[in-house]
Amino acid sequence: MSLFIPSQVRSDIPLLHREVHDRPIVYLDSAATALTPRIVIESMSRYYETYHSNVHRAVYVTAAEATDAYEEARVAVGRFINAAHPADEIIFTHGTTEAFNLLAKSWGRANLTSSDAIVLTEMEHHANLVPWFQLRDEIGFEIRFLRVTDDYRLDLSTLNELLTGAKLLSVTGMSNVLGTINPVAELAAAAHRHGALIAVDGAQSVAHGVTNVQGLDIDFLAFGAHKMLGPTGIGALWVRRELLASMPPFLGGGGMIADVSLDGFSAASGLSKYEAGTPPIAEAVGFATAVHYLESLGMEAIAAYESQLTSSLLTGLATNFADRIRVIGPTTMEARGSVVSFDVDGVHPHDVAQVLDQFGVCVRPGHHCAKPLMKRFGLAATARASFGPYSDQSDIDTLMIALEDAVRLFA
Amino acid sequence: MSNLEDLYREIILDHYRNPRNRGELVTPPAHKTEGFNPLCGDEITVFIQVEGDTLVDIKIAGHGCSISQSSASLMSAAVKGKSLEEVRATINTFKQLMTVHEATLDNEAEPEPVNLRALGELAALQGVVKFPVRIKCATLSWNTLTQGLDEL
Repeated sequence: MSLFIPSQVRSDIPLLHREVHDRPIVYLDSAATALTPRIVIESMSRYYETYHSNVHRAVYVTAAEATDAYEEARVAVGRFINAAHPADEIIFTHGTTEAFNLLAKSWGRANLTSSDAIVLTEMEHHANLVPWFQLRDEIGFEIRFLRVTDDYRLDLSTLNELLTGAKLLSVTGMSNVLGTINPVAELAAAAHRHGALIAVDGAQSVAHGVTNVQGLDIDFLAFGAHKMLGPTGIGALWVRRELLASMPPFLGGGGMIADVSLDGFSAASGLSKYEAGTPPIAEAVGFATAVHYLESLGMEAIAAYESQLTSSLLTGLATNFADRIRVIGPTTMEARGSVVSFDVDGVHPHDVAQVLDQFGVCVRPGHHCAKPLMKRFGLAATARASFGPYSDQSDIDTLMIALEDAVRLFA
Repeated sequence: MSNLEDLYREIILDHYRNPRNRGELVTPPAHKTEGFNPLCGDEITVFIQVEGDTLVDIKIAGHGCSISQSSASLMSAAVKGKSLEEVRATINTFKQLMTVHEATLDNEAEPEPVNLRALGELAALQGVVKFPVRIKCATLSWNTLTQGLDEL
């Protein structure tokens, strides 16, 4: 049962109780990083205060507790996305970016050759572009791109052609700039028809709705805790279990070996081989608390609530600024998430954000690490507002007042 | 809102709305230098034409926020027609203006007061130092000009 009461969620977030410039903070940058509930912070403090120890290979009580907590976190995160084998399919990483680097450098390097091709899209975050460019520059495969239409959707008319002979489709579940939600199940079916695997960038989508990796029938999912009300410094790559056999170790070092001698090493079995070094243990504990917290609110309830807020923001922008502000992304709620990029006519996004800051309003100006997408729409940057489950209508109201001021100042 | 008015002074908004010396020069004889702010995607191109010891013409192209655009416009007006020595001196004074804040933050000895009179309209940019994130916006065109002069 969902326990989602927006005002309660708001009071759960300590940071929302502070002021900036003598005004209550209006946090509209959850797509960059979501705010952290008190219980997440407390769970990490509890680790440091009562069972801070390194994981694995120790027999004393606190080390066993830390190991249990770390492995329980893996299961919690796996269950959150409905992994078939939650204990065996979640590789912890530093975040979404490292998850893609792991995918490219482990699966990619072992499975791609100079005669292969992969398919990416024009709306990807640099995290799902640069690791592939790096690998391409090393071994020389072909990278093909699904383009973005004028109405901010993937152009699926070329999908079958692009997938022909491709080994992987790697695509975002939800654009961090446009808010577009991509038809992942349809893309997965198409990829599999062509014998390709599909990787999904879940950084933006995972915190804002139900994610069911089995239902979507995907092969890899990359996501990060800090956009899910969890701590920074940890994320995950979910890998369908059968594929782990095709993935050699990633980073080398302690924890990832079965044996080491002066002749060389052999890799550990299981997920350890992808997690060299001391993992982010406190962060794993916080990650687990965050997914439990999200589950207690109910992902369907969060999706419905944020959809309502997004709709209100789109209506507010259209009503109050029809001739001054252009939304860069879908303007209806169909297959659309709670990220709203906009362009204020004659006002640079940096200046928009600067004026908004004086009202305590936090939005993000810039290219949002999606420069090819910016180029596609002839923009250097946009301003972007985005919601979390703690956002509410008062945030939108203050944003409107602040935008009036920005427009007036630069009129 | 006083802070914001410090940043967005009327002279700055005027130079943003009506940038001076906007455009391009034929290269050669002019020299072209591009500057980027990779964090925000701002791009600026500075064209300079030097004859003998004088910067006889300067044009600015590219795009960016009001601070980077107005700073470039103010810079172009301040250095056009000046001797290279005067141009270098103006650059140094401006950079001094932009570093006052950091020195103050570090509780170092009070820096030499900047000769605001020598800066003329450029002094309008002094409010930028209260917004450290924006200093890079203000200095983009100046660094690009410096690079251009060094390349000559």
